[in-house]
Amino acid sequence: MNRFALSETPFDVAALRAQLLDARVGGYASFEGWVRDHNAGREVTGLRYEAYVTLAEVEGERVLAEACERFAILDARCVHRTGDLAIGELAVWVGVAAAHRDAAFAACRWIIDEVKQRVPIWKHERYAQGDADWLHPAPKGDDPAD
Amino acid sequence: MSARVTVLYFASLRDVAEIDHETFETSAPDLRVLYLELRARYGFPLSVDRLRVAVDGEFARWEDAPRDGSEIAFIPPVSGG
Repeated sequence: MNRFALSETPFDVAALRAQLLDARVGGYASFEGWVRDHNAGREVTGLRYEAYVTLAEVEGERVLAEACERFAILDARCVHRTGDLAIGELAVWVGVAAAHRDAAFAACRWIIDEVKQRVPIWKHERYAQGDADWLHPAPKGDDPAD
Repeated sequence: MSARVTVLYFASLRDVAEIDHETFETSAPDLRVLYLELRARYGFPLSVDRLRVAVDGEFARWEDAPRDGSEIAFIPPVSGG
């Protein structure tokens, strides 16, 4: 079963959420990352996500499998966009179902943090001044975009 | 001993190299030396300690020798999410 997916097109969060809900679920938590109009003091007009698809799918699955081991959750999913995105578009979604809310919140937070640190996806930002750049953040949370 | 390898370039590495992959013979003893040779050729700004390396779609070690017929990717710091 695939818990992690890359999507070249906008995707339906409601359908993904519905896949996680059943009679055992007492708590559901989700995170949505959206494209905002600024980063590190610069006005952003849009961005592109590029992935090393083969490895991103393997590593994304690994993150979600590890989350299911580490936390008392029933299941989890993550979908990350690739390609060109406009301001206000959904970039990444994480959903977690659990019997209780504590594990759902904790696993959701852990998954998005691990995805951002481990999965080979890169953000290319376009700026209002006309230039554009790849974001290659420094390790240990030094990235002001965190 | 040389190995014929395909190297994939992503994100800023692709922009600097101006290609997304290339196939060539290398006699580099390990993946670290291979990257250093490519860095010297293309002028990649990223040092080895900022990268990870993958072989055939799985993370690998810098001290691994390039395998004949393998696909090697140097992974710049990621920025998904």
